[in-house]
Amino acid sequence: MNAQAEKWMQVKPEGLYCVPADCYIDPHQAVKRAIITHGHADHARSGHKTVYATPETLAIMQVRYYTAEDTEEISLTYGQRQDLGNGVTLWLAPAGHILGSAQAVLEYEGQRVVISGDFKRHPDPTAKAFEVVPCDVFVTEATFALPVFKHPPLEDEINKLIRSMETLPERTHLVGVYALGKCQRVMLALRAGGYSHPFYIHGALKRLTELYESFGFDFGDWQLVSEIAVKDRDMLRGKIVLCPPSALADRWSRRMLDPLPTMASGWMQIRARARQRRAEMALIVSDHADWDDLIDTALATGAPDVWITHGRVEALEYALKQHGIRAKALNLIGRDEEND
Amino acid sequence: MEQFSQLLDDLYFTNSTKAKEAILADYLRKTPDPDRGWCIAAIAGTLRFDLFKRSLTKKLMSSRMDPFLFDVSRDYVGELSETVALAWRPSKDARRLNQLPSLSDVIEEFTSRDKAGISTYLIELLDNMTPPQRWALLKLGTRGLRIGMSARTVKRTLANMKNVELAVIEELWHGLEPPYLSLFSWIDGRTDIPDISDVLTYSPVMLAHPIEDKDFARISPETHTAEWKFDGIRVQLAANKTERKLFSRKGDDISHSFPDLLAAVDFEGILDGELLVKPDGQIGRFNDLQQRLNKKKPSKAIMEKLPAYLMVYDLLSIEEKNLKHESLTTRREELTTLMRDRNKDRFSVSELLDFTGKKDLEQLRVQASETGGLIEGLMIKDKASTYVSGRPKHAWYKWKRDPFLLDAVLMYAQRGTGKRSSYYSDYTFGLWGEDGNLLPIGKAYFGFTDEELKDIDKWIRNHKLKRFGPVQEVKKELVFEVAFDSAHLSPRHKSGYALRFPRIHRIRWDKPANEADTIDAVAALVGG
Repeated sequence: MNAQAEKWMQVKPEGLYCVPADCYIDPHQAVKRAIITHGHADHARSGHKTVYATPETLAIMQVRYYTAEDTEEISLTYGQRQDLGNGVTLWLAPAGHILGSAQAVLEYEGQRVVISGDFKRHPDPTAKAFEVVPCDVFVTEATFALPVFKHPPLEDEINKLIRSMETLPERTHLVGVYALGKCQRVMLALRAGGYSHPFYIHGALKRLTELYESFGFDFGDWQLVSEIAVKDRDMLRGKIVLCPPSALADRWSRRMLDPLPTMASGWMQIRARARQRRAEMALIVSDHADWDDLIDTALATGAPDVWITHGRVEALEYALKQHGIRAKALNLIGRDEEND
Repeated sequence: MEQFSQLLDDLYFTNSTKAKEAILADYLRKTPDPDRGWCIAAIAGTLRFDLFKRSLTKKLMSSRMDPFLFDVSRDYVGELSETVALAWRPSKDARRLNQLPSLSDVIEEFTSRDKAGISTYLIELLDNMTPPQRWALLKLGTRGLRIGMSARTVKRTLANMKNVELAVIEELWHGLEPPYLSLFSWIDGRTDIPDISDVLTYSPVMLAHPIEDKDFARISPETHTAEWKFDGIRVQLAANKTERKLFSRKGDDISHSFPDLLAAVDFEGILDGELLVKPDGQIGRFNDLQQRLNKKKPSKAIMEKLPAYLMVYDLLSIEEKNLKHESLTTRREELTTLMRDRNKDRFSVSELLDFTGKKDLEQLRVQASETGGLIEGLMIKDKASTYVSGRPKHAWYKWKRDPFLLDAVLMYAQRGTGKRSSYYSDYTFGLWGEDGNLLPIGKAYFGFTDEELKDIDKWIRNHKLKRFGPVQEVKKELVFEVAFDSAHLSPRHKSGYALRFPRIHRIRWDKPANEADTIDAVAALVGG
């Protein structure tokens, strides 16, 4: 084990903690100083006094009310170095997970620890591509860390959906997507795949989609489902309606005519998971690294030590050890499996 | 293979049976012979042999992948074939196929190769396939296809394609073999209906209507018979000079599970009756019979402990002579003669019960309810009725004893499918155990009106506790009066018991949960 790194990077009940900087990374409780890798609810929480994050992540946190008027927001663009005091330097590197997502790079007494947050290696126009940062300790997630997870290209999954709209034009294609990241990525991919109708969206997806637009993303026309009169619901047949996953099988979906519940998520690779969701179509769309990417990335950093935060920790730990890496599980609590 | 895999995926993810039928019919119209025949054989479960063994799949996987990683993957996925389908990584020097072989080529290759050849071929296919295609292949090869489509649905699809009654297909089905060339040639209109006169086949059975009050006016001892309705499974036994077969009521061939009964057949004809077991020379309960159902090869020990036995109700044909157009009276006479000197441990003719009027029938029905579930009620049949498949009016009546009722507490709820997908409509309920905990005893998803469904759905949304995947736990406060036909022992349930045909009888909004029934109430029904 890397004894030196374990002196200055520790796991506390609140989360991963940098001792000399007195600062947490993605703590799941309110703390004095927090580095936030990205805006998903299981990484960004409200109530921190000082927050270090990318400008995009800070904007997301504002929209979601994770920051308040008295929160001290320290905005760091990718690569911008920040002195955290006591000899600790912080900079952020792109993680490719969602808009503004970052790896936290911490340097102290000649050592470098990289906390990846959630990350992916597949292309995504809404997130700056993951950058490999050589380091002494790489802290990785393990959400999809089993050899059964090999994410297919996004275009193939989008084509499935487009084909279905052609063969089943009488059905309202109801697609369950997470409000932050997945929704916007799927919309852009559909546009790239040639879908030209307006998107009809659930109210819960509105604010974040507008936020993405303020960062220059163009999703084309979209409209809230709630603005369409009941008598006009017919027009939704053969079109795409986006909603959060929870709405797929909720009372909200009763207002759709002949809905085809579709779920877009990395878990959809497992048939039983798709059936559990009552999905009639399963799109494998993940914003996390799959098995091969998790291993390749850890190896690419050249880190002799890899710490694993959350997910299918056991398998990744085992596989990395076989590559001669000192891998260990941190068993961080409070990570949400659903935000994939 | 591509189309077959695509079809399985489409069927797997589709909920409504009607939509499934449409998807299958579309595939069968577009796909040439013999692929489409092999496809329905795979879905309906009529393939005779495994193309390869599960153990081969396991062996190949363990040579490709670390055993520990495979075990954790399999634990996570929960199933071998899907784990292999997803985790298989093509070997770098694999031979690349320009396109996958057709379904029938795959079946032919596997059946013509030796052991080593099978293994090489399986590797080559897996290396060239996508995960859904691998899944389809593995499920096909080990005959483990479960895509929520029954053999009956397949038959109904075929019937609709040809615009004939389901019974026509059912009658043909067991006379034909995969890949069903003559069947499709007939469906396409190229040839006449396949000739199956030399094969033993299933004839769809005659069914009864539940009796209604107004029906009693028609019934008298002169015109009608009364019999016990036993609680076994309805079967059809067919025998000719060379073959003997036992069919379930749905037309499935279940001969392999009951060789002891078929060995006792020393006559030719088609019998309609109730399959029962006779432990210690007495008719056993449904619980006993259940131990013999779905056994591909029953052991000698279980056949000795629970010998199969047929309570014969009717005779459809004798030797070459068709009796279906004769009256019940004539058929019974022929039946009595035929069965006179048969093995009494294996066959008996259902006894006719004496009655003069409705009062006697009521009395008999009460007697039935005192047999602890052994007898389900009464069958009342018109003596002049001919044997007609399906459910003809005013020919046969069933008068079931009242169902058993219990007050159970709602524990978990799950959303339904299709129209009900936004409603909590599947309910798991329990009874109080000795230690004051609720033990789940069954699941029901009907018996209530649409209005009641809305009310229950609302109640559940306001009384949520934890969630386990799709399963929503609720506060243990709502009492259902549950009706069911019988109870039996079930090691699979935590409570140790399972209910047969449970349904929600009444919603007891008024009743406090602690006044619901205890598990002892079921134990008493199962008895010894």
